Amino acid sequence: MAETKEKSLSDEKPKPRVRPIVRLGIFLISHSFHVSVVCCTAGVLALFLLPVLAKNTYISENALMPGSASPMLSNQHVSDGNRLVKDLTNPNSKFSETGIESHKIIAQYMLDLGAEVSFHKFHPQMNQFHPLHFFSSPDSGKIQENYSCSSYGINTVGIIRAPRGDGKEAIVLVTPYNALKSGFGEALSLGIAYSVFSLLTQVTWLAKDIIWLVADSQYGEYAAVAAWLREYQTPKFSSLITPNAEMCPDVNNLFELKGHSISGSKFSNSFRRAGTMAAALVLKVRDQNEQFEDTISIYAEASNGQMPNLDLINVVNYLAVHRQGLRVNVEKLWSLLNSSWLKSLGEIFESLAKVAKSLYPKWKFGIPATEYVEGTATLASSLYYQALGVPTGPHGAFRDYQVDAITLEISPKFSLDKVWRNDILLRGGRLIEGVIRSVNNLLEKFHQSFFLYLLTSPSKFVSVGVYMIAFALLIAPLPMVAASLYVDANSSSNCSKGDSSTPSAITDTDEHSIAIRSWRWLNSAKLVFIVHLWGAIVSLLPYFISQIPDCSPTTSFMIWVLLSILSLLTLNSVLASPLACAKATQEKEWALVKSVTISSVFIGLGLMSVINFATAEIGALLMVPMCLLAQPLKLDVRAGTLRSFCRMICNLVLGHIAFPPAAFFLLKGMLEGFGNANVGDFWMWVESLWAWNSATYLFIGMVQLPCWVLCISILFHTC
Amino acid sequence: MELSFTQGRWNYESWGGFDPISSSNAKPPGVELWAVFDVPQHHIDASWKNLTHTLSGLFCASINFLQSTATYSTPEWSFPPASGNVRYGTLPCEAVCTENQTPWLKLLPCRDKAGIALLLDRPSLYRGFYHSQQLHLTSTGSSSEGIDSGIILEQTLTVVLQPNSEMAIEVHASEKHIQPSWSLSSIFGKQVSGICVLAKSSSVYLLLDRGLVAELKFPNKENGKSAANGLTSENFWSNPSFELSANPDRIFLEESSSHSKSLSILYMFQVEKYSESEPFDIGLMWKVPVAWLCQQTPLHASRFLMGSGNERAAIAISLKSTQFTEGFMSANSKDGSCELRVAVFQVVPWYVKVYFHSLRVFVDQQPRAVSDIIEKIHVSPSKDKMSPGVMEVVLKLPCRVNTAALTIEFDKGFLRIDEYTSDANQGFDIPSAIISFPNFHASMVFLEDDSLNKSPEKCPVMSYTEVLLVPLTTPDFSMPYNVITITCTVFALYFGSLLNVLQRRVAEEERFLKAKAAKKTGRLPLLLSKLSAKLRGRRLEPLHSPPSSSSFINSKLVLKVILVAGLAVGWQYFSS
Repeated sequence: MAETKEKSLSDEKPKPRVRPIVRLGIFLISHSFHVSVVCCTAGVLALFLLPVLAKNTYISENALMPGSASPMLSNQHVSDGNRLVKDLTNPNSKFSETGIESHKIIAQYMLDLGAEVSFHKFHPQMNQFHPLHFFSSPDSGKIQENYSCSSYGINTVGIIRAPRGDGKEAIVLVTPYNALKSGFGEALSLGIAYSVFSLLTQVTWLAKDIIWLVADSQYGEYAAVAAWLREYQTPKFSSLITPNAEMCPDVNNLFELKGHSISGSKFSNSFRRAGTMAAALVLKVRDQNEQFEDTISIYAEASNGQMPNLDLINVVNYLAVHRQGLRVNVEKLWSLLNSSWLKSLGEIFESLAKVAKSLYPKWKFGIPATEYVEGTATLASSLYYQALGVPTGPHGAFRDYQVDAITLEISPKFSLDKVWRNDILLRGGRLIEGVIRSVNNLLEKFHQSFFLYLLTSPSKFVSVGVYMIAFALLIAPLPMVAASLYVDANSSSNCSKGDSSTPSAITDTDEHSIAIRSWRWLNSAKLVFIVHLWGAIVSLLPYFISQIPDCSPTTSFMIWVLLSILSLLTLNSVLASPLACAKATQEKEWALVKSVTISSVFIGLGLMSVINFATAEIGALLMVPMCLLAQPLKLDVRAGTLRSFCRMICNLVLGHIAFPPAAFFLLKGMLEGFGNANVGDFWMWVESLWAWNSATYLFIGMVQLPCWVLCISILFHTC
Repeated sequence: MELSFTQGRWNYESWGGFDPISSSNAKPPGVELWAVFDVPQHHIDASWKNLTHTLSGLFCASINFLQSTATYSTPEWSFPPASGNVRYGTLPCEAVCTENQTPWLKLLPCRDKAGIALLLDRPSLYRGFYHSQQLHLTSTGSSSEGIDSGIILEQTLTVVLQPNSEMAIEVHASEKHIQPSWSLSSIFGKQVSGICVLAKSSSVYLLLDRGLVAELKFPNKENGKSAANGLTSENFWSNPSFELSANPDRIFLEESSSHSKSLSILYMFQVEKYSESEPFDIGLMWKVPVAWLCQQTPLHASRFLMGSGNERAAIAISLKSTQFTEGFMSANSKDGSCELRVAVFQVVPWYVKVYFHSLRVFVDQQPRAVSDIIEKIHVSPSKDKMSPGVMEVVLKLPCRVNTAALTIEFDKGFLRIDEYTSDANQGFDIPSAIISFPNFHASMVFLEDDSLNKSPEKCPVMSYTEVLLVPLTTPDFSMPYNVITITCTVFALYFGSLLNVLQRRVAEEERFLKAKAAKKTGRLPLLLSKLSAKLRGRRLEPLHSPPSSSSFINSKLVLKVILVAGLAVGWQYFSS
């Protein structure tokens, strides 16, 4: 297109031909407005098209062979599991405060099966903000503080050695269990795990060791699993506080059990290991459920939007749906399900698809409107949780060690009779057995299927190749607009001297002034750099604020805001002001600032898309329109046309929305209602972000906030 | 020379690690081969290659992979069974199957057709927990002696089986643990009905472990006393706690050993007495539940990987004292300074780049200086694609040690694409380390009254650690295809533009352009066709952009194009 047009232009007066690629670039830059409008619309449209473009999942690794073997879990094992559930929920047995008794019961059951059992005592590690620990792998070198004897958790670990395996690999089964206030659901999940475990001690096909971790969830499920994994992967050999810890009275009490156990007693105080972990399953049973069907929810998002291999989800989905007749759920944003605009959008797509199909029968991309709405809700939650960068369950701890893991939450239709309980034990157990058997079949680790994907339903996914398009379209106009603004700003200052506006016209002006003018962007770059520096300072501030004792979230948030403003003013006065004043007289200075801002945003978004795509996508949705539209309000007021008025309104609205706290409250209000919004909530949210080492926090602090400040400064620019 | 094929792991904790069986017959999973050469130094590698190929052909196994220098190593002094010109290699991922066993059986005089070998029923053998077949060749007598020179072939098969597993489950359920009774026929599903005619002697030994004997006898005081008096055979085989189904022909009692208070008992059954009509089948019926522990190695060794990610990791060998140690440690330590020496022999493949300087030792959870603990160390670093890294260490630990740990860091190397194995995504194996205890010797000397005298062979206590699996970074194996495609594209572009530049004449072109400008109208249909072609190629974007961004002529053109396209779409829509 562009080439032909350029050609026709250049045909008029034959001159040395510019290279096609350069011509294309010049063309795009000169039409940047149209290009950016088209690209942004297309980007947003492509995002909404994703549920339509989603493909059905398929099991990519042949070795998995899910469901090819008939389940071996029989009623015998189920009744074993039932026995454990009864023992654990027995109201007569008196549990002490630490709940050690129930751990003993579990350990005894494991021992009776001939498994190796050990207890793992851990101190819950508070998540702390370490400014330099982003992206660093979890290490064991942290200095442990002196914990009191009372605060520790006990994980019970049972290991089955594969009778004929070589012990190089292991499969982990995790059941969170809080001994102090365990619901019936937790006991039931233990029952399911136990029935599977008792089956696996007898089967001959086992090639990988099985580790059953009963994670003590009184300090949170994640903390327990993470502590165990830390000990497993990066143990500390030197510990200074060991004698201190052993003095605690309860511990000895704990370890004295099993005097009478069978020959080859496999209980040990030491930490036990099996080989490299191949996969991990976290099993939970929800207590209450109002649904009419037995459903199973899959949680897969780990820290920073990392996902387990899609094959793992596929296997679970396949076995649950086709073998056990369970309904599979993935997380949805429920509020989106009832939105009418989404429904109408779905209908539009549906009718479009119908038209397309009638035109050419092979075009079958349409999905029903209801399915579209559900897909969008799932996609939105998938994007949201990935963008948040906070793991959605204990499985997140495994992902930090490159182990594929998911959390399965079974929510049975609730009734209390025994038949129903047996049924849940049987079906849940068979599902777990099938998944373990599939993973057991694997020769290699999970690598065949996707790691970068978004789910639109348990059986549909959008792979990276498709969802990148939406993002690429969104950010594509940024460099063009930046270039065109730069060219404009450079040439417009020449306009007053009566030159033509083409870049080539600059050649006949004074060499010296060109040199100065072409370096003018450095000023703006300095401003942008200062603002980004400020962003870095702002994102470091919470570390110091959190050191202040006894601070309610609201006050710490206020302190944060105050300190941020203060630091901005200081930085501005110290570094920026003298030169900014000198250059403020120049016209079109805002264009240069905007140009540099846009390029920095482009770089930031590009970097973020590599680290956490979902964050970058959401950030791009907020920031790209704001950056592109930003123009001094004064200019718009002066112009006074309808177009500039519209732009002004847009600018003001976007300026409000893109402010991170505002965006947060808006999102929260949309999801939960505006009633209980509190200023401190944002602080809590931010705290959770940095506690989980989420890159989203860095993104907000160092890309989005500076960008917003710069855009606001452009809006209120005096020119 | 010794060759072993093993499937499964030897469970040192429950099957013991101190007696000769576990010390000499417990082997790492896969294939292990070592050989001592009595040839000049520069011929050793050639003869090793020869040997691996021969064995590979003989046993239908991929032992020939051991021929390349990157896979075998030359231990200097820490490899216990032998010293001198030793070559040692392992293949941890070799799968052992019946096809390896058949050649092994063929070496027996009667194969598995007669004699005790009749018991070797493949399904029941491979159903067990552990299965290891070994071939031990020693040449006796130097050539100078002349007469006695020959080669002794020793074939060993070590199996750990679980007697009738169905029974065991029921026992579990009833919470009362009586060991399952067993008999040869119930374990192997076969009975021995006669001897192999070529065999000089064939007998079955049944060994009661020291720990078991201790458990059996100590409740019964007078039995324990009579053991010292050299008791009669009746007392032994009709023990109150178990019953043997056949009378043993001979009973041996272990000579008093220094390590343990109790002695083990060996029953011998001679198969010659039995015939077709009266097949040989011994069984053992338990009457009372007995729990005993096998004698363990002084320190229980386990090895694991630390760290995560694809870049760095560490190997850790942790040693934990077993309760057994306490007993005879005190006996050994007459003076206060008693030392426990532990030799570690570790081979690492070259793609695991071990940094030997990062060796750290922890004793009882306290970091120690390496020089304090290590008595002797020999390290030969790995050479890329040439030789594996070998570390031989002798640790000197205090007797009262509870735990000791040895960590060493490594980098994960990058391999060339042809060096990856077929299932590279599984990871790569690091062969077992050998932990041996030079202070201790696993020997059992039995009191005997006639020729059957086992010479007190001093074989050091050794144990193998687990095989480790190191996940290395693997490339996308479809990458070569992509690379080829991209390279071809780049080459095509390069040569295309080069040729274009070479054959172009600028002056002529300008003239041509001028001529063209004169008859511009002729280009319109060309442009039209080009545009329409482009429009079909890209649907979404250009539809919007041209009207907004084109000059006058083009907007006209585009209008025409849109009209035509709309007509086509309408035609399609209404005709269908």
